[in-house]
Amino acid sequence: MIDVIALEKKFGKNTVLKNINVNIKKGEVVVVIGPSGSGKSTFLRCLNLLEVPTKGKIIFEGTPITDSKVNIDLHRQKMGMVFQQFNLFPHMTVLENITLAPVRVKKVPKEEAERTAMRLLRRVGLEDKADSYPSKLSGGQKQRVAIARALAMEPDVMLFDEPTSALDPEMVGEVLDVMKELAADGMTMVVVTHEMGFAREVGDRIIFMSDGEIIEEGTPEEIFVNPKHSRTRDFLGKVL
Amino acid sequence: MNIDFTFLNKYYMFFINGTKNTIIISIFTVLIGVILGTFLALMKLSKNKILKSIASSYIEFIRGTPVMVQMFIIYYGMNLGLPDYVAGIVTLSINSSAYVAEIIRAGIQAVDKGQMEAARSLGMSHKMAMRYIIIPQAFKNILPALGNEFITVIKESSIVSVIGIPELMYNADTVRGNTFMPFAPLIVAAFIYFVLTFTLSKVVGRVERRMRAGD
Ligand SMILES: Nc1ncnc2c1ncn2[C@@H]1O[C@H](COP(=O)(O)OP(=O)(O)O)[C@@H](O)[C@H]1O
Ligand SMILES: [Mg+2]
Repeated sequence: MIDVIALEKKFGKNTVLKNINVNIKKGEVVVVIGPSGSGKSTFLRCLNLLEVPTKGKIIFEGTPITDSKVNIDLHRQKMGMVFQQFNLFPHMTVLENITLAPVRVKKVPKEEAERTAMRLLRRVGLEDKADSYPSKLSGGQKQRVAIARALAMEPDVMLFDEPTSALDPEMVGEVLDVMKELAADGMTMVVVTHEMGFAREVGDRIIFMSDGEIIEEGTPEEIFVNPKHSRTRDFLGKVL
Repeated sequence: MNIDFTFLNKYYMFFINGTKNTIIISIFTVLIGVILGTFLALMKLSKNKILKSIASSYIEFIRGTPVMVQMFIIYYGMNLGLPDYVAGIVTLSINSSAYVAEIIRAGIQAVDKGQMEAARSLGMSHKMAMRYIIIPQAFKNILPALGNEFITVIKESSIVSVIGIPELMYNADTVRGNTFMPFAPLIVAAFIYFVLTFTLSKVVGRVERRMRAGD
């Protein structure tokens, strides 16, 4: 579904991603782990071109979206993204947050978009918050709304950038539960996270990144039980 | 010190007309300044290097030169044959637009970067994201600052008195000349300016508080 070929990203002279090659298959849950500053967010943001790669190709559902001729807006509709800082629209209610893009971008009739939004809110356990403003929600609730907002575009893949890192510990579980259900429903997901329990339980494949490179990848079993690379072992030793 | 204000019985219409003109000039200046300033801000924020540098140079130049010089250049220097009123309003608008541009640019840039990213990640175009996400939030930052710019314009509009536009300052000076009173007419003018700006600043403060409460 997503093919990343020889991806490189530089910020000025600083090379943040070096020769990244990844293939993400339909229905797969890929979890990206690694020390902070290793380029995990940059990698994820390159997938939907929030960061423009300096070299290499990204092919999404057969389209080389890194081509300058491609209208990226069209493809982003199929790639939902969930951010560490939620990024809900503060001047809109929860319902408006969720229906805005379907109505404006996909031209879904408003009533239909609202029905879908309510169904998604039910799914993340927040149907009673439809008319609230984001400022009235807890962190965990905000993130669940953000997930519902991304799902409302009916994406083929969901990208998560440390979705629980900004949350109080007691709210981490409710967000991870929603993500687990999503994975169980067959959603293709790329998840950057420090939640090793989640990675182990839900991940089909783990990618370990360090210093802008993929050091090692494999099943949770391979990475967590028998890491081959010393840098992987060092990292896991610190976080487990 | 004993100040006698009985001259007002004879001359009060000078102050009323002057105040009216000051308000009219200020309103036109702010309206035109906001329109020009919006374009300048969008130019400065655009990716086009030429538009960007035109806007930046204009803003720097206007902010770096006295409004009196700008007015003399437009009124005497360019000799466009504009009616006095128009020349005055044009000068003040050009001057104000540079400040308004910076207010709008800052207001847009103060919106969290993640807002644009979230909007784009949902497939919205840049234009759509500006319209539905960025501008409505920037508006909250911009509106109070524009109110303050209005206050500045009311005070600075007194400068057009030197090209003979009968606004508040000019008329106060006329009364001073007619009555041979050096002090009292100017006190009246100062008082009126203060009432205008103080009232406006109270309104701005109220709007600001209401907007913050809306978050
Ligand atoms: N917009 C940017 N401009 C310059 N450098 C950046 C930018 N974003 C990230 N970086 C740098 O890229 C490196 C990788 O960052 P990031 O992808 O956020 O890592 P991670 O998500 O793994 O913590 C860091 O050294 C960071 O300072
Ligand atoms: Mg990160």
